[in-house]
Amino acid sequence: MAKVPVQFTLNGSEKAEFIESGTTLLHALRDKIGDTSPKGGCHQGTCGACSVIIDGELRLSCLTLAETCSGADIKTTAGLAEGGVLHPLQRAFLDAFATQCGFCTPGMIMAAKVLLDRTPNPSREDVVEALSGNICRCTGYEPIVQAVLTAARANSQNAA
Amino acid sequence: MELRRDYFADVRKDGLHEIGQPRPRLDSPGHVTGKTAYFADRNFPGMLHLKMVRSPHHHARIRSIDTSEAEKHPGVVRVLTAKDVPHNVYTILILIQIGPEDETVLADGKVRWKGEAVVAVLAETERAAQEAAAKVKVDYEVLPAVFDMEEALKPGAPLVNEYHGQNYYLYDSGECRKVRFGDVEAGFAKADHILEQSYQSSPIEHAPTETTGCVVAPEGNDRFTCYTNTQAMFFTLDNTSIILQMPGNKLHFVGGTVGGGFGGKVDVIVEPIAILGAKLTGRPVSFIYSREEEMQISSPRAAEKVVIKDGVMKDGRIVARKVTGYTDAGAYSRHSPYGAQKGAGHYPGPYTVPNVWIDTYCVYTNRTPSSAMRGFGVTIGDFALEVQMDKLARLIGMDPLEFRFINAYRDGDMKAHRQPTEGAALIECMQEASRAANWPVAEKYMAMSSYRKGA
Amino acid sequence: MTLALQTFSSVKDANAALLAAGARYIGGGTLVVRAANEGDISVSSLVRVTDPGLSRIAVSGGKVRLGASVTMAAIARQPELATLAPAARAVGGPAIRNMATVGGNLFAPAPYGDFAVALLALDATVVTGDSEMPIETFLAGRDTSRAVVTAVGFSLPRAESFRFLKVSRVKPKGVSVLSIAALLQRAADGTVTAARIALGCMADRPIRARSAEKALLGCKLTPQEIAPALAAASQGIAPITDPIASAWYRAEVLPVHLGRLLSN
Repeated sequence: MAKVPVQFTLNGSEKAEFIESGTTLLHALRDKIGDTSPKGGCHQGTCGACSVIIDGELRLSCLTLAETCSGADIKTTAGLAEGGVLHPLQRAFLDAFATQCGFCTPGMIMAAKVLLDRTPNPSREDVVEALSGNICRCTGYEPIVQAVLTAARANSQNAA
Repeated sequence: MELRRDYFADVRKDGLHEIGQPRPRLDSPGHVTGKTAYFADRNFPGMLHLKMVRSPHHHARIRSIDTSEAEKHPGVVRVLTAKDVPHNVYTILILIQIGPEDETVLADGKVRWKGEAVVAVLAETERAAQEAAAKVKVDYEVLPAVFDMEEALKPGAPLVNEYHGQNYYLYDSGECRKVRFGDVEAGFAKADHILEQSYQSSPIEHAPTETTGCVVAPEGNDRFTCYTNTQAMFFTLDNTSIILQMPGNKLHFVGGTVGGGFGGKVDVIVEPIAILGAKLTGRPVSFIYSREEEMQISSPRAAEKVVIKDGVMKDGRIVARKVTGYTDAGAYSRHSPYGAQKGAGHYPGPYTVPNVWIDTYCVYTNRTPSSAMRGFGVTIGDFALEVQMDKLARLIGMDPLEFRFINAYRDGDMKAHRQPTEGAALIECMQEASRAANWPVAEKYMAMSSYRKGA
Repeated sequence: MTLALQTFSSVKDANAALLAAGARYIGGGTLVVRAANEGDISVSSLVRVTDPGLSRIAVSGGKVRLGASVTMAAIARQPELATLAPAARAVGGPAIRNMATVGGNLFAPAPYGDFAVALLALDATVVTGDSEMPIETFLAGRDTSRAVVTAVGFSLPRAESFRFLKVSRVKPKGVSVLSIAALLQRAADGTVTAARIALGCMADRPIRARSAEKALLGCKLTPQEIAPALAAASQGIAPITDPIASAWYRAEVLPVHLGRLLSN
């Protein structure tokens, strides 16, 4: 099988791998590199559980070929906490009981992070729209929306 | 949220310290950091991928299966058919002596629903498994199929499952589970009004975000570790032990972390065949449903039909209730004989009715086998009962909430299946609902109590 | 066979590679990688083009040219294309919009392809290599189209003349029950002088509601005057049936939603 080199930054550290051509980024992250925080829920681009941030943009790693990411800056939920300190979004998800089975959580947090990076004080509608590509079958979404709004308030208080 | 301590204050020791207090969930830190290990997060060197060849027909005889081309396909390590499974015909509830065994791990001679597992292909990559699966040739003779429960119960309907011999589950009570209480015909005879209605539901898919699956690793000592998202760990372990004819101490199940279940992961489906694959190849095996399989193959909540006939008095008392319930098991039992039986015990709902007649049928059709889902066996019944209650209230011109107060069960009332009512709180719930919803009821209902009759 | 990605810097080379059996063009990946993930073993190689020209948006003199690799997100955030933003935002969630391309949307089978519905109402031109053709012709022959689509071009509509509606059962994002795009020219008194209406989910690909277009001419957009157009909307449709809705349901609600779009 034809192997191709890929090299990218994952959560701040350089990664270089030889992968089979045509491998999805989801597969490469989980099975080659060992970052299992993106989840495979549908492999169709429907559930959002595999969401990652590539060069500042939210993307679905299940539909992205790893070899198209060479040179990219990739972020996943596994790299969000710094020095063991949870990111405000992670803290807010904990406090608001925004997780149940947890399978959608890493994708939700990625979608929320992209939103807050660009829109530090989002409206409720902004949050709902930003999470609209991520499916949660447990919570009914409301605790997740509240968590994102809470994290945004915590961010803006820290900034003030 | 508010904890109302005034209800039952004199009968309850009020030492509640946890209820109403937020407590951190133990699993949440793992969830928000992406560290929680789901079964598919385990990856083993040399892991094989299992893909299932499935029946394209609802009901067919299998004339022949030819796996020779698939076996030659590059990357294929092993192809499994029914003859490879030590104890191929099983039923989950055999563990609690509810038989007969009626389902095949891999189809043997016949398929009874569209999507039934026929041949398992184990290959080095998912792609190779998919390509090889496409090369398996199965020659089918298509048979007439039945999809409707009432059609299935008619004489002359196609027989779905030979292990039962008829298209319903034969309980020790006969063709259905029965509850008889009082004299229902006498109740109808004295009723001011009779209302008979039928209610129907379609199958409902749980659609968990994480699809059904497992990863199996041989431990090298004839023991196998199975990482699984089953919701029924020990049911699965014991059934696997029967299917594979392996003592339980050879099976090491690791689970409990489930990416959404809702009752959809209680069947014993992926583990036995994946462990068999690991045993026969000596390699780790991953068997994970695609999203399409999760939607089409995994068992849904059963379709149900509920016919309710009630006799009601002008003053609001229900004097007779007759319920006939049908649960569509699909082609195989799984948990449905239990679900239908649970329905029988659940009727006539949380109401005290002096004359009750219940028949619940577990029916076989050529549809996807159904199984548990939240409120297994009672949710559709509750839908039917409560819509019926609203219709009855309208029929006699009574407020629907007051109508429920009149009929609500209270402590000491004998239930239809002859369990005396204890610890009822329906009255108090409705009183609180009346306040919360700003739906006032007469003062006499607000003065009622579940455990002091009259008031 | 395994899946392999071939990368080319020019469309010409990609077109040559696409002649091979099993080769499919990959834009954003939302259609073809999905197909491969779902076990479509007819896809054996993916061909991509890195020419930055394919991602260019050009707006000048009322004319728009969208490179085929322009994403829905790029359209939605382009101030000059604000009129089209609702159609671009109708596609997928945020992550899908960062990936899904204009070119891909032309090939998306119903219930997908909402942006192509808008392009059909705009009478866009589809550019493949050296040739250009009207979108209607392109859509009719898309199943056998082999050449890489490089761009679409159209005249930018005035905001008040372009209307778009996507109906889904999940808010704010869901798969289409149907989508409708309408380009209406109106006289000073509000009378419709030209109409082009495109429908999504009313066939396996976007189609025009020609009878409704004709029936709208000379009408003011009042409930009474648009009634004949609504009655004619179902002519020539063959709606899809999928888990979202049956063909019967889609046909039933089409006039209702068209009525809402026209009278708003």
